Amino acid sequence: MSKPLNSAERLEERGAMSEALLDVRGLTARVGDREVLRGIDLVVPAGEVHAIMGPNGSGKSSFAHVLAGRPGYELLGGEVRFLGRDLLSLAPEERAREGLFLGFQYPVEIPGVNNAYLLRAALNAARRHRGQPEVDAFDFLNLVRSKMQLMRMDESFLSRGVNEGFSGGEKKRNEILQMLVLEPKLAVLDETDSGLDIDALKIVAAGVESLRSPERGIVLVTHYQRLLDHVKPDRVHVLARGRILRSGGPELALELEKRGYDWLLDEAA
Amino acid sequence: MSTPDTQLDALLSRGYQHGFVTDIESDTVPPGLDAATVTFISRKKKEPQFLLDWRLRALERWFTMREPHWAKLRYTPIDYQGISYYSAPKAKADAPKSLSEVDPKLLATYEKLGVPLHERARLAGVAVDAVFDSVSVATTFKDRLAKAGVIFCPFSEAVQSHPELIEQYLGSVVPYADNYFAALNSAVFTDGSFVYIPKGVRCPMELSTYFRINAAKTGQFERTLIIADEGSYVSYLEGCTAPMRDENQLHAAVVELVALDDAQIKYSTVQNWYPGDENGVGGIYNFVTKRGECRGRNSKISWTQVETGSAITWKYPSCILRGENSVGEFYSVAVTNNHQQADTGTKMIHLGANTRSTIVSKGISAGHAQNTYRGLVKVMPGAKGARNFTQCDSLLLGANCGAHTVPYIETKNRDAIVEHEASTSRISEEQLFYCLQRGVSQEDAVNMIVSGFCKTVFRELPMEFAVEAQNLLAVSLEGAVG
Repeated sequence: MSKPLNSAERLEERGAMSEALLDVRGLTARVGDREVLRGIDLVVPAGEVHAIMGPNGSGKSSFAHVLAGRPGYELLGGEVRFLGRDLLSLAPEERAREGLFLGFQYPVEIPGVNNAYLLRAALNAARRHRGQPEVDAFDFLNLVRSKMQLMRMDESFLSRGVNEGFSGGEKKRNEILQMLVLEPKLAVLDETDSGLDIDALKIVAAGVESLRSPERGIVLVTHYQRLLDHVKPDRVHVLARGRILRSGGPELALELEKRGYDWLLDEAA
Repeated sequence: MSTPDTQLDALLSRGYQHGFVTDIESDTVPPGLDAATVTFISRKKKEPQFLLDWRLRALERWFTMREPHWAKLRYTPIDYQGISYYSAPKAKADAPKSLSEVDPKLLATYEKLGVPLHERARLAGVAVDAVFDSVSVATTFKDRLAKAGVIFCPFSEAVQSHPELIEQYLGSVVPYADNYFAALNSAVFTDGSFVYIPKGVRCPMELSTYFRINAAKTGQFERTLIIADEGSYVSYLEGCTAPMRDENQLHAAVVELVALDDAQIKYSTVQNWYPGDENGVGGIYNFVTKRGECRGRNSKISWTQVETGSAITWKYPSCILRGENSVGEFYSVAVTNNHQQADTGTKMIHLGANTRSTIVSKGISAGHAQNTYRGLVKVMPGAKGARNFTQCDSLLLGANCGAHTVPYIETKNRDAIVEHEASTSRISEEQLFYCLQRGVSQEDAVNMIVSGFCKTVFRELPMEFAVEAQNLLAVSLEGAVG
């Protein structure tokens, strides 16, 4: 396996700075006194699906959270450009309205808040931000119903509380449903495949696939190869000890599946 | 990223949105309280002798009582002799015969408050007995209600037209000696609402009264009496806002409900009086006695309240479950922000066999506010098979507020089943971030989460009230993020 180019080199190779949807350089962050991101470089051009793999505690979820602006992380350095804008200067809700979607690993329950209500509020917040008229209840229902069919979700999900009493698999499907309705420019899915049985995995994968388009980017954070059997990544990155240790094509994921992560960690050490 | 605290401060500092004062010449008595004041009020209202006598007995009793201080409330002492006990829009030679004769400023006030008078009332299907300061100025839908035999009128009018009902029922649920504020109210009340639903009648519309405190330094002492005769049903809505004030205004209302055999009364309140500014200056003192008696078999009384206003709230809408199989319900959302204090809850007194009660209380506290649920469930020896279920949930927004739950349970009957559940939580950072990540603003996210927390109470409110309640909640909690 050839030594990977770093992100900047890859971009220069393509001579296409402008087509980067997401451009992360030297991103460093800590929680308390623990440095969880130690200089992450990553470029996701529009139209591509990237997988970020790595062992537990490697910083994958931290990376996803820092991109989305979750409080509790102290940024120490680096830069993130999203569609040419300085992502880190935006509030979390502004990042979302600009088209950044985070699929949560553990979607939180919000008792009493209607699932459809939150989703419509989210959609309309983004539409207002883009200067578009809000969708009315009727149009919204039509839209969400069509996406629910794709996710094979029962209509009762609309009137239930957000993730309230949902099974693990239902929560993940609900995340993908939200993504499909919001149609983000960049979706970062944090271990959306974990806790899914094989049928649910296929449904989720089909949902993710349906979002793939030349103007969008998708970042799949995952432990396992199995999601990548259904959603073929353009690039695979290994994140460990707060850094991208290796990047490659889909074959890298297969190799990791066979050999685990230790050899990479040993090489990096 | 700005810190949650600065956002909190910025958003909490938004002013009270219903703060405006209507300038109307008041006919106000000088401050002070004695038998002469009480007699003045009674004469002004041309009351029968029995009522004046009752008021004077109440006053005499009040002089012997002390202001209660067992609630978890702190406030500067009230100077009862510094209050003016009567204020009315200046009487013209002839009382207004239609809305066109009503002071336009008054109508404009209603307009700002969104009171659905005349055409708007018809569209909304709501009859309004609007109390402006102390004198009722307009009552709508009298004809339609009259056809059904329903009496819905200002209290002072009922004293003239139905003195026998007043004499029979006034003070029969809340005696004048009940407590300090009830005694005060009994002596000096100026007006309020009266409702009588005859046997077997389902009141054809929801009855609504908007209260409003206006003239400076004038306490409001409303008196409301609702009687549901056998097999009848009524839903009554009470909502209020008040103009901005620097001085504290005392409000000590009494509400009495009587449900006879198989009758049902549903009483809903949205309370949005001026809560004082962000430093705790000003605001209404709301010391209210509300009690309903399920006097007949199979009768039912439901209290639903959304309390967002007032500097201080002292209020325990209660049910005396005397009739066999009678049912009492209390659904409450109490919101306190800045320096507001609320000590509120209910009393369910089980006297009859197989009586049932349900209590659902949602307390929300933000800023430096203190929010206390205080409730009593009492099961007397005769209340065989009595049941109670109580759920008290508190939600804290921010680190400087407090929530307290003080349940009293006394059962003197071994087959009674009394359940109490309580929880205290904060809006979690996770819930908030989840909403933000979906593009929802911090303010909307908090409102959404808090509304979700209150859902079990809101769904007990009549539809049009539920919308108002949600709006009030949003205004009351702007930006209060923990």
